[in-house]
Amino acid sequence: MSMISVMEGSIAVAQAVKACRPKVVSAFPISPQTHIVEELAKFKAKGELEAKYVRVDSEFSAASVIYGASATGVRSYTASSSQGLLLMMEVLYALAGTRLPVVITGVNRTVSQPITIQPDHQDTMALRDTGVIQIHVENSQEAYASHIQAFKIAEDHDILLPVMVCMDGWILTHSYEPIKLEGQELIDKFLPPFVPKYRLDPKKPMTYGSYADDEVQEFRLMLHFAMEKAKAKIEDVALEYKETFGQYFGGLIEKYRCDDAEVILLAMGSVIGTMKDAVDHLRKKHIKVGLVKVRAYRPFPTEAIYEAVKEAKIVAVVDKSLSVGQGGPLATDVKAALYNKNGPPVLSCIAGMGGRDVRVSTIESIVDYALGCMQGGKAPDIAYIDFKPHYLGMTKI
Amino acid sequence: MLTEGAVCEGGKSRLNKTGNWRTMRPEVADTCNGCGLCELFCPDSSIYLQEKRAVIDYDYCKGCGICARECPKGAIEMKEERK
Repeated sequence: MSMISVMEGSIAVAQAVKACRPKVVSAFPISPQTHIVEELAKFKAKGELEAKYVRVDSEFSAASVIYGASATGVRSYTASSSQGLLLMMEVLYALAGTRLPVVITGVNRTVSQPITIQPDHQDTMALRDTGVIQIHVENSQEAYASHIQAFKIAEDHDILLPVMVCMDGWILTHSYEPIKLEGQELIDKFLPPFVPKYRLDPKKPMTYGSYADDEVQEFRLMLHFAMEKAKAKIEDVALEYKETFGQYFGGLIEKYRCDDAEVILLAMGSVIGTMKDAVDHLRKKHIKVGLVKVRAYRPFPTEAIYEAVKEAKIVAVVDKSLSVGQGGPLATDVKAALYNKNGPPVLSCIAGMGGRDVRVSTIESIVDYALGCMQGGKAPDIAYIDFKPHYLGMTKI
Repeated sequence: MLTEGAVCEGGKSRLNKTGNWRTMRPEVADTCNGCGLCELFCPDSSIYLQEKRAVIDYDYCKGCGICARECPKGAIEMKEERK
């Protein structure tokens, strides 16, 4: 039986992970991820979680433990943030290369320097090319659902890739929301036990991560094909979740009031909730604005985004990170998705980095700016809308 | 051919002829008496004995030269690899 109760976002994630019955959980604390693994430890202590709970000496080990566990053919999970995710990075490449379907919660937090524990997407953006599927969520209920979906996507024998569920630190992990927890029986039906394609067994020795001199290029292409197949799987699993549990948060993307929209906002993560309010507010003023929420960052929903925005006159992308020397990483991908197809111009905005509040008024000034660009028919490479004017043009320390 | 996930049954590393890294090539002279010391020292298991004489497996030998250094008879000489 499902039940609704008010809880912290971290606890909702821990509840989802427990319900997925992992056999191995590795844990190393880092804010703002800690409450998730702490709660899983409590479940273990109370006997509600059957998993082997491994406390490790670093995030590198946390990722390595689930690598080994998954290779033996059991469902495995860990979580981290920021510097921790970056320390895992080498193992993430190996996990994806070895096609081990683990699930990791990437609690988004910025990366030093300057040292801060505030949220933005700088950490998981660095993991973009690892071969790990990235699903970004808007709220804690979606985080709950996406973890249950994640194991199902990862473990499909056509996919076999790690999935990282990315959620904004603090904004989601430490805020309280009413969460609908699904019944165990229904979850078990939705997510049957993990059936590995290969597994380590002392009776039948296998090589994991064999050597290659040539064919690295083709090997990487196989990963790319698996990612491409994951696009349909992510959509299917989201729809199956809707049929089973009655909740839907979008597949690769979610469109919000995009019909007849001239300006389309596009972003990922918790800022989407604020954006939906801003869109409603602007629509009341008869401004034709819509919103595209990007759920899957890798595989990148090139086709779905093009279809969603092709009729618009301008797309305003809001990035919560800055690829130094290039610009907004999400905007860069959106531009690539629309190029060669005569898509609308793309306005790249950076906002909410290092935990800066993104308010309805911030979104409104972005839409305002986009309307100005729309009349001119083109957009600048980056619009510095959410920056303190004092810093713009400053190059000296 | 690489398998999905670079996962394969044991023994497949034999398919990778890692000897192509070699720049120096050990060659065994007739003075070899087949004592087998080089076989023990070879870090890549690329030497075996055949009819009381050391035979080098050039598919995997990387030319480290330990065999030449350890041979009590001085029967192994390192020569520049030429192709």
